[in-house]
Amino acid sequence: MKSLAGKEPIPGTTIFEGRMAMKGYALNKMCFSFNKAENREAFKADEDAYCVKYGLSDAQRAAVKKRDVLALLNLGGNIYYLAKLTGMFGLNMQDIGAQQAGISLEKFKAKLLAAGETKNG
Amino acid sequence: MARLIGGVGSSHVPAIGNALEQGLQTDPYWKPFFDGYKPVWNWMEDKKPDVAILVYNDHGLNFFLDTMPTFAIGAAAEYQNADEGWGLKPLDPFQGDPEFSWHLIDSLVHDEFDITMCQEMLVDHGFTVPMSLMWPNQDTRDQVKVIPLCVNVVQYPFPTAQRCLKLGEAIGKAVASFDKDLDVVILGTGGLSHQLDGERAGHTNREFDTEFLEKLKDEPEWLLKYSNYELAKIVGPQGVEMIMWLIMRGALGGNIRELSRNYHIPISNTAAGVILFENDAV
Ligand SMILES: [Fe+2]
Repeated sequence: MKSLAGKEPIPGTTIFEGRMAMKGYALNKMCFSFNKAENREAFKADEDAYCVKYGLSDAQRAAVKKRDVLALLNLGGNIYYLAKLTGMFGLNMQDIGAQQAGISLEKFKAKLLAAGETKNG
Repeated sequence: MARLIGGVGSSHVPAIGNALEQGLQTDPYWKPFFDGYKPVWNWMEDKKPDVAILVYNDHGLNFFLDTMPTFAIGAAAEYQNADEGWGLKPLDPFQGDPEFSWHLIDSLVHDEFDITMCQEMLVDHGFTVPMSLMWPNQDTRDQVKVIPLCVNVVQYPFPTAQRCLKLGEAIGKAVASFDKDLDVVILGTGGLSHQLDGERAGHTNREFDTEFLEKLKDEPEWLLKYSNYELAKIVGPQGVEMIMWLIMRGALGGNIRELSRNYHIPISNTAAGVILFENDAV
């Protein structure tokens, strides 16, 4: 996208733009379906069959199986839609924040509390 | 004529919905956050606005990536909240004001803003959390009619900060030209700095947020020098939501005073802010 051309990648950050949105379309569409309880039940009954039904790629299916949020993001997942998937695994935003940052939940929470204590930065 | 009597900028983190549901307002984790809303509660109780224009973004409840409007305005008599998939209990429906909605849409489109019009629109936590925060008492909340204005800050490219500020100015004109005796408040929600995705998840930026709050009243155009890419770098990809506060600020025009402000890190993964402006004419 021209507005992003020549911009350096932001470390540890993905901009969810057209290319990623196309790559992740099927995955995000599946996650969008989880707004409905009956679809969540159908997923839980046979996770992989549900992924196949929505046309996820092999890599996306493997990442779902591993509950690997960073991999899902790299495969085009959008965090708001992914939250509906990870919610079913009992993971909230702080759990997946810690998972992505590669630290324990305690450390992740402590880091945020520390940011609240510094008066600058 | 309708009068814009004031505006509030506020975060809309879903965890706030849980805290309200569980009555955690005085819990040590939550107290410094909720205490910042006391001046807003008092002001709302005192001024009793008839209508709220609520600027927020949908997080994958109503809109999917198949059709992503940049600016969408509700034109319904009622707005339903619904299950978002991860556990927040849906709230009762909110009352709209279709006549006012159509006036806003008509005015904005003739002011060259290409608005998506929604006669049906599910509202998610981006909308319900600010409603519960502004009016914690449901009976009081139910007396306020509300018009949702949904902004795309999910699928890049987002509208520019400048476009948001100008849309706000056009909303200010639209409200002032509505031929009904109504007191209107505008809420700009989302932000402040936060990052939910990627290895940098948990990123916040107190220095930048503080400057943003400091400049919002007299120099809102300060934010325009940052592109949305730069903002993502500085305040996190979800922190970019702060551009929605500029819609609120733009609508209020020049003569306002700041009545209160609060800033608190963390609420879940977010640096939470709240600011209350009142129109000088009030
Ligand atoms: Fe949001």
